[in-house]
Amino acid sequence: MKKLINNPQDVVKESLLGLAAAHPQTLRVHFDPQFVCRADSPVPNKVALVSGGGSGHEPLHSGFVGHGMLDAACPGEVFTSPTPDQILEATKSVHGGSGVLYIIKNYAGDVMNFQMASELAAMETIEIESCLISDDVAVDNSEYSQGRRGVGTTVLVEKICGAAAQKGMRLKQVAEIGARVNASGRSMGMALTSCTVPMKGTPTFDLGPEEMEIGIGIHGERGRFRRPLRPAHDVVATLAEAVIQDLPFRVGDQVLAFVNGMGGTPLAELYIVYMELAKICQSKGLTIVRNLVGPYITSLEMMGASITMLRMDDELIQLWDYPVATPGLRWGM
Amino acid sequence: MTLMAVSRDQILACLGSVAQVFADNMDYLTDLDAAIGDADHGINMQRGFAAVKTKLAEVQDKDIGTIFKAVGMALVSTVGGAAGPLYGTFFLRAGQAAGQTQELTQPEFTTVIDAGVRGVMERGKAKVGEKTMVDALQPTLDALRDALAQGRAFEEALRMAAAAAESGMKATVPLKATKGRASYLGERSIGHQDPGATSSYLIFRTLAECLAP
Repeated sequence: MKKLINNPQDVVKESLLGLAAAHPQTLRVHFDPQFVCRADSPVPNKVALVSGGGSGHEPLHSGFVGHGMLDAACPGEVFTSPTPDQILEATKSVHGGSGVLYIIKNYAGDVMNFQMASELAAMETIEIESCLISDDVAVDNSEYSQGRRGVGTTVLVEKICGAAAQKGMRLKQVAEIGARVNASGRSMGMALTSCTVPMKGTPTFDLGPEEMEIGIGIHGERGRFRRPLRPAHDVVATLAEAVIQDLPFRVGDQVLAFVNGMGGTPLAELYIVYMELAKICQSKGLTIVRNLVGPYITSLEMMGASITMLRMDDELIQLWDYPVATPGLRWGM
Repeated sequence: MTLMAVSRDQILACLGSVAQVFADNMDYLTDLDAAIGDADHGINMQRGFAAVKTKLAEVQDKDIGTIFKAVGMALVSTVGGAAGPLYGTFFLRAGQAAGQTQELTQPEFTTVIDAGVRGVMERGKAKVGEKTMVDALQPTLDALRDALAQGRAFEEALRMAAAAAESGMKATVPLKATKGRASYLGERSIGHQDPGATSSYLIFRTLAECLAP
């Protein structure tokens, strides 16, 4: 294992300390239990957004804490769900009196831990709504989930719901927008290499030097199939076809096209992926009205990429464009 | 001596024994989990109940409801994975059902276990036959209810419950997992005893050994 770390058991904690040191105007980090929250939280009368999950997907979720996005993020150990006591403390710390929306990726551990936290929060008379993300078209069930996994659309839900809450929408409305984004977003990813969990020290799975895995999950879970390496245009066509056919996206649709890096693939290659995706969208009569290209929901140092497409309307475009100020996404202010 | 009700101190002693049992069975549970899961169940349960033991010192003079809730919170904050929220829910719901009492009669004890088992089933959305801890818990609950309906003594009810948990645990061996991590193995999960059902059995075996020796 080659990693730029001190001790494997300190990776999550030290990374959070660095995040807080780098962005003191935006967020602060709390330990025992562990969570990251907006520097100005609780924001009175604003619906608060709380998300979380295993670490190793940075900037998701901690890097999306700030104005116009998340109020708090609860990082678990690498690829391990956060626990209900963490989520509860984060919830209490950011609750501004207008309820809290939980944004949960569909993995069994995350779902159970957030459900428990919402019951505990209810005992403290905090109103909770949940938005479950299940956008990965690769497989219908996985090692970690009943039903589809939550991947790239999570970033878009956090941005769009974050804007809705910042604009003063009420809890039910923000939750409805989250559900609408999840229903209109689809993703699929692929990997060129495996990744190594620091505490484990060896790669999570084996992938031959001439192989790639299509439909990979963000923890290295198996996807649809393995095949020999192919050029980018071929790989992007496979991913885009699966994504477009699933919703399905139709001629005339306005879309947000999101090309995500898995952590180890350079931006230059992600732009090649975007170029190919833009060509495919044009040929299918889909108009890309907004885009996002970069590593936003990663899988440690895995090489690979995922494609997420979201069907947009005027309201979603407005919410997407709304100012945001987080370590991971920042525009308009 | 006939057991009329389980006192707070007996429950505290039982929970201490359960912590010891999970320390003793750490490798056994982890080996079972290695076959069909991610090889951490024994380590996680040992860590969770070690935390419970520490926590019990702070609540030993409180009521049974408070003690069970403290156990639940200690488990959810330390066990992780799916077992954390499942066992955490078991004890939190059991604590809510117990309330501010210093002892549990046989009908009260049955109600408390009923609340815990239903909590686990809701949380995990699992039912009998899916190769999960529910396969041990549901027969345990049925045995407690039957014993109560038949007018059996409290000690006998506890022994029947432990025996039912053991049968339920053993019955998971030929099952194909359809819930939880093992379900991804499909047919390959057949022939292995479920680690979650095993940890549930260990809890009820320990209860019977402590309260009905």
